[in-house]
Amino acid sequence: MVDDARGEVSLRVNGTAHRLEVDNRRTLLDALRDSIGHTGPKKGCDRGQCGACTVLVDGRRVVSCLMLAVAADGCEITTVEGLAGGGELSPIQQAFVRLDGFQCGYCTAGQLCSAVGMLAEHAAGWPSAVTADVSPDLAAPRLDAAEVRERMSGNLCRCGAYPSIVRAVLETAARGQVAG
Amino acid sequence: MPGVIGVVDHRNAPRLSPLAGTFFGPDGGLLMLQDGVVPYAGCPVALVVARTPEQAKAAADALPVTYDEQPHDTHFSAGHPAARPASTVFGEDANVGDVEAELARSAVVVDEWYRTPEEHCGAMELHSATAWWDGERLQAVDCNQGPFIVATGLATLFSLEPERVRVRAEHVGGGFGSKGLCGPQLVLAVMGATLFGRPVRVTMSRHQVFLMTPPRPATEQRVRIGAGADGSLRAIDHEAAFEVSPLASYVENCVEPTKTLYAAAAIRTRLTAVPLDILPPFSVRGPGLTPGSFALESAMDEVAERLGLDPLELRLRNEPAAGPVSGLPFSRRDLVACLREGARRFGWADRDHRPRTRREGRLLAGTGLAATAFSTGALPSSASITAEADGSFTVAVGASDIGTGARTALIAVAADALRVGTDRIRMRIADSDFGPAWAAGGSRGTASWSWAITDAAAKLRERLGDPERPVTVTADTTRVLGGLPPRERHAYSAIFAQVTADPATGEVRVRRLLGMFAVGRVVNPLLARSQAVGGMIMGLSMALHEEGVRDRASGRQVNADFAGYHIAAHADVPDVEADFVPDYEPDDPSGIKGVGEIGTVGTAAAIANAVWHATGVRQRTLPIRVDRVLEDDPR
Ligand code: FES
Ligand code: FES
Repeated sequence: MVDDARGEVSLRVNGTAHRLEVDNRRTLLDALRDSIGHTGPKKGCDRGQCGACTVLVDGRRVVSCLMLAVAADGCEITTVEGLAGGGELSPIQQAFVRLDGFQCGYCTAGQLCSAVGMLAEHAAGWPSAVTADVSPDLAAPRLDAAEVRERMSGNLCRCGAYPSIVRAVLETAARGQVAG
Repeated sequence: MPGVIGVVDHRNAPRLSPLAGTFFGPDGGLLMLQDGVVPYAGCPVALVVARTPEQAKAAADALPVTYDEQPHDTHFSAGHPAARPASTVFGEDANVGDVEAELARSAVVVDEWYRTPEEHCGAMELHSATAWWDGERLQAVDCNQGPFIVATGLATLFSLEPERVRVRAEHVGGGFGSKGLCGPQLVLAVMGATLFGRPVRVTMSRHQVFLMTPPRPATEQRVRIGAGADGSLRAIDHEAAFEVSPLASYVENCVEPTKTLYAAAAIRTRLTAVPLDILPPFSVRGPGLTPGSFALESAMDEVAERLGLDPLELRLRNEPAAGPVSGLPFSRRDLVACLREGARRFGWADRDHRPRTRREGRLLAGTGLAATAFSTGALPSSASITAEADGSFTVAVGASDIGTGARTALIAVAADALRVGTDRIRMRIADSDFGPAWAAGGSRGTASWSWAITDAAAKLRERLGDPERPVTVTADTTRVLGGLPPRERHAYSAIFAQVTADPATGEVRVRRLLGMFAVGRVVNPLLARSQAVGGMIMGLSMALHEEGVRDRASGRQVNADFAGYHIAAHADVPDVEADFVPDYEPDDPSGIKGVGEIGTVGTAAAIANAVWHATGVRQRTLPIRVDRVLEDDPR
């Protein structure tokens, strides 16, 4: 694409409405970072392979590098900046800090948003590839380490903070503090 | 095209100095866009500068580039006709005793080849830099592992006085070696800023990071070990070949563990470099030792197998009293403590050493171990501390925190040295203006910076009686480090792994991974454990997944993204245990050795040895892919 066509989008990001004119080629990730200035979501690959750019779009986790900004018109978006409320970190963020769920922190925004989305998917009864019984009338599968690892595998961490991330997610789930 | 400001290519690029380089010597890989020759597939040929990333990308895609094809050779093998002895920057080859005579006298001899592929750092943050001219001064915000070293290199490259270059890298999203040099992002951003007179940001794509930032070279290693019937080693012969580029000198020092880990009557090492038309390789986490220990510690396991001896016992029986090649005393050697304590926690005593005897349903199960040493020390650095009027202290050191927690650890070191609470320390790092400092590399960052901070604090304490505020003192460790007595200084570890192998699919999974480490004084246990665990996970990833694959016809890496180049994901990684035995470095004022890399070393061998124990088949080529496990299965 060599033209420079632009489109108008309305995005609600962390509760604030934004009306933007963007290059039609601009991804949601670049719109959040460069057009709006939320640099929480990170770019690790720009092609849906690492999860660093994960945000919540209408409550579901999305890799924002694979969504065009114009396709998110009218959506409600939560970035890592929106997880904390009232000056206090959300339970999952507190668990990451307490249990040392990161090193360089580059994957962390994606891990956090992904964890919030994943816990909601689990609470809604969605199975995963490691769920033994996927019959639709069963209650949510028990959330153990294998379930968390499977469901979080779209979020790479090259520093290898995986074990503490899994502990942080399990601890947050055990306390029933699902919502970000 | 819309938005385009200009194009930089070999016809208009600023001329670069061939003197710029690395620890190993001048690095021709830095000389980008200087002529019409493409020395390796993936080398940049032009930079398009535009107002927005979308415009720049579209214009770069549309840029016509025509190539003439020249003969090239990118296929590595130890027997390559261009193979030549590697430089001796890490010391001469070992030639202790008579290897052939000792092998002839041995009860068992292992003689095998081990192979490791090209491996990439894969730091999650893409290489990115913004550069601009601020009057006569070049300013850059970059992601790198050592802003002072990078600024010095940049000044040489662009023939500028060092004072005219300032590089900052306050927040870095992982490095693992790939951000140790003046990266293409920085060189190109400076070119753009220089030609077009405006700030230029260059962010490489993931594909480009794979193609243009240095990998660990592929290696082929032959190890011969001879042992007496009692398990005492008579001879170790370790020959390691690795690939390099003719553009830059580099040494993958695979034989480092062989020169220090075990006593033997004869020890011989050889390092061979094979120049190819490839991206110049460079240090990746645990350079040299990571592929080297895979070979040595796999071969040790084979010796134990042939002797019918516990592999743990084999290691314990060959402890040297002094450096087996250097003859130097060890500063502190705690390998035995790591092995014994690790074995106790892992439950090693109950192990049946025969292979392929444990089944869990259809899975085969096994355990393995590896021992390792990682050389440590401090390198010259400077630091300054200001006693402020409000009673606080500002510490400035050119350190870099690439995710290690260096910032946090240095605050603790400074507070200790100044005998105040951490709340009174303001730590400023990662700015080349703070003066000479070593990089986050070689597991020597924290030791090097801490020493400079401790020295500055000692000087400042002498002046605190004087009421003048603010007062600043600076310390430089170059002289004191030069006066240290020669010693064998190493961190140690013992890694234990438990795996399952599925004979139907060939899939290997790691069930348990435990590492005991002797890394000197641990400044912050939470951060140090995280480094050790993260290193072991990188070792697991190397054992099972990682492999840069090059197409022989085009000379180009074919799996240059995270879909093709696999790194361990959540689902691959069990709970990983790491802990420390009491240790300190006697010659370091803070007792520090270093913890950044040793976790990566040894883990692949421990896993490969566990795969043998599970399946009865040796895996001497990494990664341990499903096809390799299936093809080699005896049943
Ligand atoms: S940046 Fe979107 S998945 Fe990697
Ligand atoms: S914390 Fe560095 S990539 Fe996850």
